Amino acid sequence: MGRYLPLLLLICLWQLLCSLGFFPSYVLPSPIEIINAFQALLTIGMPPGHLLYNHVLYSLYRVGLGFSLACVLGIPLGLLMGWFPQFYRLFSPIIELVRPIPPLAWIPIAIVWLGIGIRSAVFIIFLGAFFPVLLNTASGVLSINPILVDAAKTLNATQKDIFFKVLVPGSLPSIFVGMRIGMGVAWMTLVAAEFTGVKEGYGLGFMIMTARDIQRPDEILAGMCIIGMIGFTIDWLLRRWESSIKPWE
Amino acid sequence: MHLELVGIKKTFIDEKQGKETSAIAHIDLQIEDGQFISIVGPRGCGKTTLLRIISGLEKSFDGEVFLDGQKILKPNHEVALVFQQYALFPWRTMCQNIEMGLEIMGIGKLERRSMAEEYIRSFGMNGFEDQYPCQLSGGMQQRVAIARSLIMNPKVVLMDEPFGSLDSQTRNDMQEFLMDLWLKRNLTIIFVTHNVDEAVFLSDRIVVLSKRPARVLRAFEFNSPRPRDRTSKVANDIRREIIGILRQERTALVCGQ
Repeated sequence: MGRYLPLLLLICLWQLLCSLGFFPSYVLPSPIEIINAFQALLTIGMPPGHLLYNHVLYSLYRVGLGFSLACVLGIPLGLLMGWFPQFYRLFSPIIELVRPIPPLAWIPIAIVWLGIGIRSAVFIIFLGAFFPVLLNTASGVLSINPILVDAAKTLNATQKDIFFKVLVPGSLPSIFVGMRIGMGVAWMTLVAAEFTGVKEGYGLGFMIMTARDIQRPDEILAGMCIIGMIGFTIDWLLRRWESSIKPWE
Repeated sequence: MHLELVGIKKTFIDEKQGKETSAIAHIDLQIEDGQFISIVGPRGCGKTTLLRIISGLEKSFDGEVFLDGQKILKPNHEVALVFQQYALFPWRTMCQNIEMGLEIMGIGKLERRSMAEEYIRSFGMNGFEDQYPCQLSGGMQQRVAIARSLIMNPKVVLMDEPFGSLDSQTRNDMQEFLMDLWLKRNLTIIFVTHNVDEAVFLSDRIVVLSKRPARVLRAFEFNSPRPRDRTSKVANDIRREIIGILRQERTALVCGQ
């Protein structure tokens, strides 16, 4: 607990400076005001009637969709790229070219292609998560000690056995690293992605942008804290899942 | 069981530099059922390559390897290979590692578990069944690797410096363990080592290879009964002679001849 003490002190200092009137609350609301704003988000909603839990559910849904898509495509492709050098040679120049483009730079073209709505939002989130998942999976396969493949061969393993009994479990630690990084990036692109995908009028990104439109910095900051906490929780859950399915580390 | 190596020759080709390095110049070898053969030679003389050729892992080489008259074309369970670095699957428990080959053969869960447990018991590893390799000592890991090969009932067991990374006490224990196993189970073993003491303690026949490119310099038959006294006069004589040959090879290597 002791390591959270500096954070606690900072919050106290922040509250103190606000109470003493150093910052006007339309610039930097105090922690207490932010907590009140959080309550308002829960009960009244932003815009009014659009309650917080709905925003959270919509955001989770979009991130879940984009992230799942990234895993469903990224993991198998990564395994193939790691195992077959031809595959690697085929895809790596394309990936090298596309990967440096930030996911957010895709927003305009995503809107042109997919329109404003969930499809563009999911596409942006997918782009953010896809490359970390893909590249970590591929490097996981490449890092498997070739001697393990030889050992499997001397035990009569076919290509299929090698794939499922050596490559997949052997690259699992890297796949998880990729998934955690991918999830982090996905969650980070969420707010921007929701600039494009808010036809429904829900989403944490949409919520804080609306709060900005009507000059509510307390609700913006409360929204930011919620995004951060959910991101932290998801990462914690992924780590828990990771250690439960690979106990050998 | 009869294993025959005919005119084995291996050249590594470095495609980038277009350079060819000869690793094995010429090796003929015959191994009879139940023999324990050690192959000794200077470091980097192609001993590991030779085992990889016999096991079928190495595809491009000249010459032929016959097991009971059948040419070995690809790795299979009849020729087991035990690696120096154990090569256990880190994500599998001891029991699951030993079961791997049976699992690949499609043997049912309960049956292979009970087969593996039999090995675990007879190898004195009870209580560690569900431990992962990283939780086991080096000696124990190597016993798991040996069990994993033997459970497949191989006709010949190839061992590539299996005790090379163990401390000397564990190494002695493992040599005795292996000797015991060989006597009880009538195994045929080809054992690569650069430790002459080990070769003399274990083998019926010791094949001394030259420096790279490898060829057979001498072969010693050594039929004294087991368990052997590591310091008997015969053992010492053979050891002295082999060490002498190897020293000459090393000097030649240094002089670049």
